[in-house]
Amino acid sequence: MLELIVISTLNGVLYGMLLFLMASGLTVIFSMLGVLNFAHASFYMLGAFFGFQISRWFGFWPALILAPLLAGALGAAVERYGLRHVHKNGHVAELLFTFGLAFAIEEIVQIIWGKSPVDFRVPPLLDFPAFTLFSTNYPAFKIFMLVVSIVIFIGLLVVLKRTRIGLIVQAALTHPHMVGHLGHNVGRIFMLVFGVGTALAAVAGVIAGPALVTQSNMAGLLGPILFVVVVVGGLGSLPGAFIASLLIGLVQTFAVSMNGSLAGAFGPLSPDYAATWLSDIWNVTVAQIAPIMPYLLLVLILIFRPMGLLGTRDT
Amino acid sequence: MLQVQDLHAYYGKSHILQGVDLHIDGGEVVSLLGRNGVGRSTTVKAIMGEVPPHGTITFKGTNIAGLPSFKIAHLGLGYVPEHRDIFPGLTVRQNLMLGIKDPRHPGKWKLDDMLGMFPNLAARADTAAGVLSGGEKQMLTICRTLMGDPELVMIDEPTEGLAPIIVQQVGDLIAEIARRGVAILLVEQKLSIALRISHRVYVMGHGRIVFEGTPAELKANDAVRREWLEV
Repeated sequence: MLELIVISTLNGVLYGMLLFLMASGLTVIFSMLGVLNFAHASFYMLGAFFGFQISRWFGFWPALILAPLLAGALGAAVERYGLRHVHKNGHVAELLFTFGLAFAIEEIVQIIWGKSPVDFRVPPLLDFPAFTLFSTNYPAFKIFMLVVSIVIFIGLLVVLKRTRIGLIVQAALTHPHMVGHLGHNVGRIFMLVFGVGTALAAVAGVIAGPALVTQSNMAGLLGPILFVVVVVGGLGSLPGAFIASLLIGLVQTFAVSMNGSLAGAFGPLSPDYAATWLSDIWNVTVAQIAPIMPYLLLVLILIFRPMGLLGTRDT
Repeated sequence: MLQVQDLHAYYGKSHILQGVDLHIDGGEVVSLLGRNGVGRSTTVKAIMGEVPPHGTITFKGTNIAGLPSFKIAHLGLGYVPEHRDIFPGLTVRQNLMLGIKDPRHPGKWKLDDMLGMFPNLAARADTAAGVLSGGEKQMLTICRTLMGDPELVMIDEPTEGLAPIIVQQVGDLIAEIARRGVAILLVEQKLSIALRISHRVYVMGHGRIVFEGTPAELKANDAVRREWLEV
């Protein structure tokens, strides 16, 4: 039991940190541009595929640097030459633009790499068990993923809180016009934020690619969870996104590893109706419903705290 | 320094500015007076490009009509909007630092200088600006714009909703800015401040300039005051 708790906590925190790498970009972009970027998870996928391709050519370590740079440059270009022009036509047009972009990226990835998973492997240097806890071997690559996400998280915090550009970004979150009146080029800051946000998603893609499955549907699988994270944390709140990422990471990991069901909990009472038409619900295990847990949380948050855990706005 | 000729602006289909002409010379303090809704704020917003301008606006010889606001700011035109848009999550000091356009070339207004002038702001230099009082926020927005070293600063309704004693302090600050040689375009409803510090005043009505003259001339002109200013 203790083993289960420790391993699940580690996995949950890891999954949560990965979610945060993506949610942080998404929530900052939302605060600044007022638009939920539906294509954000697509940049995560691009990161994974770029990482796969570059690691074939030059090895994993160059890929870890080059793939996010490439995806970030692409993201910046999308803002500069796409979103900025669509912006004049209002938020609906922007939403549709990012929505279309998500489909376009998925199709392009399928054309280039096909529909089946590619063989993106953990680099040999990290392909060993880091430590053995009770009876479980914990892979070194997972520890590496955790370290990378934590380093980026700290880096992001330092840049935002300590540097001038970070202060400008923080100010532009709430008052973009005023930042412009003070002589700062808001358009360039938007482009930068979009580029960095998508690059962070791509970092998540490169490090998650070998551990999970690198496939053309990975954006579609992760995108909805990302929106859950951002809504639960509060739209536009970075600390909120951090808490929500960890929360959802832990909830999902623990749910998957639990076998309890209503029958297990209330079995000894064995009420008569348990064997009747209710028997299906009676015997469903927590692990079976794990995938819907984040959405359950989303519904609860929307009912009891619509602005999210740390959100300030009601929209 | 600033020349505005035949400026028109629209909100949707309503024609708000219907040919505004005004000019401000270097070091001059000019007030734009008028009742609510006659287009005073819109004039300033159109100059900064926040409302799309139609007409000619030149600043130091450059046509700035429709330029992005950060470029206008870099030419030396400062703008303090009426809503006291401080950055609430940042500290007072950080707010002031963001007024500096280029940290490599600081202007004549120094951070310590600002904090020295306002003991209230100095005492709260490291607290979040969101908790300041209305008057302190107003001082902060004006000081923040000054940190960018403008040659002309446009201040929109700085005394709106402030207690009389604070209004007095804001008036003193504006007089101090003028004394240091910065030109000012002040949008005001309260005649007292405007008449005290202005070299020249404009009165607006129905999207046009209806009077131009010195404060003394305005005081003498009962008809203009009765028709366009008094409630």
